Amino acid sequence: MDLTPLMLSRIQFAFTISFHIIFPAFTIGLAAWLAFLEGCGLVTGRPIYRRLSDFWLRIFAVAFGLGVVSGIVMAFEFGTNWSELSRRTGPIQGPLLGYESFTAFALEAGFFGVLMFGRNRVPRWVYFLACLMVCLGTSLSSFWIMVNNTWMQWPTGFTTGADGVFVPTDWSAIIFNEVVWVRFPHMMLAAYVTSAFCIAATGAWYMLREHGAYEGRVMLTMALRLAAILVPIQIAFGHLAGDYVHDKQPAKFAAIEGRWQDEQPASEILIGWPDEAAETTRYAVAIPYLGSVIGSMSLTAKEIGLKSFPPDQRPPVVIPFFAFRVMVGCGLVMLGLAWLGAWLSLSERIRHARFFLWCTFLSFPLGFVATLTGWFTAEVGRQPWVVYGRLRTADAVTPFLTAPQVGTSLTVFAVVYALIFAFGTFYIYRQLRAGPVPAPDLPDRATNPKRPLSVPGASPGLARTSAGTMEAGE
Amino acid sequence: MTLVDFWAAALALSILLYVLLDGFDLGVGMLFPFAPGEAGRRQMLAAISPVWDGNETWLVVAAATLFGAFPTVYALLLSAFYLPLLLMLAGLILRGVAFEFRYKSQAMRPLWDAGFVAGSYAAGFVQGTAVGAIVEGLAVENGRYVGSPFAWATPFALLCGIGLCIGYALIGACWLAGKGAFDVRAFSLRILPRLMAALAIFLVAVFVHAAILHLPVLHRWSERPYLVLFPIVGLAAFATMALALRRDHDRLLFPAAAAIFCAAFATLAVSFLPYMVPFTVTIAEAAAPESSLRFLFWGAGLFVLPITLAYTAAVYFIFRGKVDTDVDYH
Repeated sequence: MDLTPLMLSRIQFAFTISFHIIFPAFTIGLAAWLAFLEGCGLVTGRPIYRRLSDFWLRIFAVAFGLGVVSGIVMAFEFGTNWSELSRRTGPIQGPLLGYESFTAFALEAGFFGVLMFGRNRVPRWVYFLACLMVCLGTSLSSFWIMVNNTWMQWPTGFTTGADGVFVPTDWSAIIFNEVVWVRFPHMMLAAYVTSAFCIAATGAWYMLREHGAYEGRVMLTMALRLAAILVPIQIAFGHLAGDYVHDKQPAKFAAIEGRWQDEQPASEILIGWPDEAAETTRYAVAIPYLGSVIGSMSLTAKEIGLKSFPPDQRPPVVIPFFAFRVMVGCGLVMLGLAWLGAWLSLSERIRHARFFLWCTFLSFPLGFVATLTGWFTAEVGRQPWVVYGRLRTADAVTPFLTAPQVGTSLTVFAVVYALIFAFGTFYIYRQLRAGPVPAPDLPDRATNPKRPLSVPGASPGLARTSAGTMEAGE
Repeated sequence: MTLVDFWAAALALSILLYVLLDGFDLGVGMLFPFAPGEAGRRQMLAAISPVWDGNETWLVVAAATLFGAFPTVYALLLSAFYLPLLLMLAGLILRGVAFEFRYKSQAMRPLWDAGFVAGSYAAGFVQGTAVGAIVEGLAVENGRYVGSPFAWATPFALLCGIGLCIGYALIGACWLAGKGAFDVRAFSLRILPRLMAALAIFLVAVFVHAAILHLPVLHRWSERPYLVLFPIVGLAAFATMALALRRDHDRLLFPAAAAIFCAAFATLAVSFLPYMVPFTVTIAEAAAPESSLRFLFWGAGLFVLPITLAYTAAVYFIFRGKVDTDVDYH
């Protein structure tokens, strides 16, 4: 691999955006979970919901902060590394990303403050409303991001102006095109399922260790039952997303399938090793006819192979091929776990199903892995285009960038991200380990200054006092 | 007033708000290592923690407005300042997590504090340097940057970087004087005269330097004599600050510092007109197509920006007055 400024810029963008997406994928679902808990608390008045919501809010704060700081980097990278893309597609991508920043700021940042320290200052229903608003803010943010990315995958509603600039002519075509309404739900469901499995895994952990087992069981049951409903819907949306790729991005579809020759009827390669140099997929395990069924819902349809495209219009094959299979694999494992868990949760058996609890505990990364590999499939499969069929990635990069410049920035980001990611994860882990109920043998220590956009550290003493006042209050 | 004018004004407003608001909390970060003890440090953080996040978001709003309404200039400036911007982003990341992380562990606290301080200096220095380099003039051909990766690092630009750090530290000290109590307030009042002297020296140095370089921006003073108004306002604000310091009116200090910044900002902005990047790209040339500006206007311009302004004002109203020095958290 030649480390040109282009290649390094691509690696840097992939690295920074992969790191970033982990946090939104987690916080979009967590915001909904918090709103749901608050709603349950409002309706039933049971203290358990308040306890869980207070607990998850602390996790949310750290994850939200990491999402914000890594998101600022994304906004700037469009201009620093991809100045030609910004200059030419700015009239379309600029307003879309502008709306993303504006809505995120107005709703998320605004009501986040109420969430963080409005607990005892505003009535419960106002607090619930603030949760809903943060939830709406995160959803709107992802909506604009998905509109923007979908435009890059399937550009519509524009004409080409002077100097290669893309001029928007029809915003409704850009926002309400059919692909957005497949990909946006697909991303939202991914976030919800990711959070559901994090919550379920935490619940399983508490049940296995006995401390906080009651709260753990509530979390596990709620999260797995939700996942049991959402995962099948997500698989259906995944299929719809596959349809749009099949119809609108045939080269990407062929790469995902590992199909080199046109086939009629087409077989489906389950697993193999795509060899780009030899233009074949080695060691392929294939099922006849299934390729046509999946691609076109027929037994006789012709499916296009990569050799139908000139070499300079083919995406890399290995990454989309494997990333797609990892994503589907994660999805199927989550489906099995969610359905088994939902069925077990109907009886007392779930408390003694230690093997199942262990599997659920270990399943916490599945949602993240599926989300990341889904994005790898979509973005690497879009190559060599940055705006599909209209603008090549090689022509979008900042023209005068040098390899040492990008090498420096990549190194700095790698070091800084490794540092904050390692510690951020560790601090989240420590708060999760402490759990929503204080262990009886921990001393009280409450020495935290007033910090509104944050919460006290995982000081069990504080957890106890807040739980205590809450029990008294209700 | 056309759409282009509206967005140019919105951009100017968001940059000015960013400089004023994030300016003081970056300044507090710069003064942080000189704080009187851990209690003083906590009080300093408490003075900015309700607002720093919102302040920093004005940077994102400014960047988003620039990208949305003036994509040409967005592409030009961000690519021209590749390495300094990287430094600023790394600084802002370390600074942002420090607020959360320093309370999570005793052992790692020095590291997060160092990140908080270094990040504050890096952000201030890079912003000042960028302004200096833009004033001096960038190498631009038909709307694209054509300079070298280090073209921005001129002595004049670096001087401006140091100058903005002094300015931010000054407005940060003014904020602390109004917000802080006891030893933090005393510390700010003690350091303010030195910062004011440093700022005065810097302003003289920058004008002398600009005159030696024969910067084209200076011709604006003969073309537009009314420009002199702004430095006069700045001077009056400076005098007010000195007076407030002597009479111990700690609430007057921050408005006076803000007025100095506004005067400096207005001087630059009016000297630039009609250019956005002097003297190569005009505002009209940089603007996105009509269809983009209109789409942005009907949502963001008409609703989101006013709401954001109102929200910012509300937050400052809620957190008015002195910092609570008790550590009651909930």
